Order: sequence, then C-alpha cells, then structure tokens
Amino acid sequence: MIGQLLQYLAAVAVLGGAVFGLLAAIGIVRLPDLYMRLHAASKAGAVGAGLILIAVALISTDGAVVLRATLGLIFLLLSTPVAAHLLARAAYKAGELPIVTTTIEEIDGQP
Amino acid sequence: MIDGAEVLRWAADAAIALLLLAMLLVLVRLARGPNLGDRIMALDTLTTLAVGLIGALTVRTGLTLYLDIAIAIALVGFLSTVALARYLLARVLKGESQ
Repeated sequence: MIGQLLQYLAAVAVLGGAVFGLLAAIGIVRLPDLYMRLHAASKAGAVGAGLILIAVALISTDGAVVLRATLGLIFLLLSTPVAAHLLARAAYKAGELPIVTTTIEEIDGQP
Repeated sequence: MIDGAEVLRWAADAAIALLLLAMLLVLVRLARGPNLGDRIMALDTLTTLAVGLIGALTVRTGLTLYLDIAIAIALVGFLSTVALARYLLARVLKGESQ
C-alpha cells in the first residue's frame, strides 16, 4: 500500500519536473534578453531536473540509489546558480546590456 | 483503483515526451541566439534537461545504472559552463588590453 502511494507521488513528481523543464525551455525561447532567459533557465530548469531526481529516489528500494539521487539533487541545486551567476557576470563584462524596457527614464518620457 | 506502476509508466512516458519537446525549443535558441552568452546558456540548459531526461528514463525502465550517467552529465555540464564563461570573460579582457 505504501509502495502504491510512493508510486503515485513519484508519478506526480516526474510529470511536474517535465512541466518545469518545458516552462524553462519556453522562457528561453520567448523572453527578450539574456538576463531574463538566464532567470528562466537556471531556476525552472534546476527545479525540473531536481523533481525528477526526487521521483527516482521515491520509487527505488535500494539505499545506494536513494543516496545517489539525493547527491545528484544537491549538486544540481548548488551548481546551477553558480554557473548562471558566472555566465551573467561574464556577459555583462562583455558589454551585453539588458533591454531598454527594463529601465525607467522619467524625465525624457522615452524609456 | 488504477495500478500505481501503470500510472508511473504513463507519467514517465509523458515526461520523456515533454522533455524532448523542451530540448527542441532550447535548440531553437541555440541556433538563433544573438550572442555567445545566449548559446552558452542554451548548452547549459540542454545538459540540465538531459539530466532530467535520464532521470525519467530511469523511472521508466527501472535501470538505476542510468543515474550515474545523469550525475556525470551534471558534472560535465557545470564544468563546461564555467569554462565557457571564463572564455567569454577572457575574450573581453584580451580585447581591452589591445
């Protein structure tokens, strides 16, 4: 009975993770500049892969597999923000500016 | 009451389809992305989605050996993103010194 429940939970986690991954991809295609795209990719993408790893940990009966899935999840959650930060910093130093609609210019009226 | 394994198999199949669609969308950005930064980001997202895809395959097939491959891909993806970001930064610094 508890195995059935874990399987249902894992099904929800797998589907949720895939939906988060798809949302990250849609954000990457549709958002207007690099910094917004990084925002979608680094947060939604990491949550998507992390939820799927949680599902693997939920259905496995082997302790080593649970440990490996948890370690993968922790590594993913630690490394993705670092990579996104480095990439945003490098792109900003390379002269990539945010699009003009993200700044407010109230004196001239034109953004 | 539907069998849990049946639901799980269906969910894993749907997840694999959704993740493949997501990887196709990211490939659009990889081909189109105006600058180098966009392409590095697209590659990074591709590796993250590949980790998710391998996890979904693990759930679908029950072969937990795939999990090691997922962890290795996560490591390589992080290192390659850091290396490419350093490359982008080094290119800028080299341009300034000239």
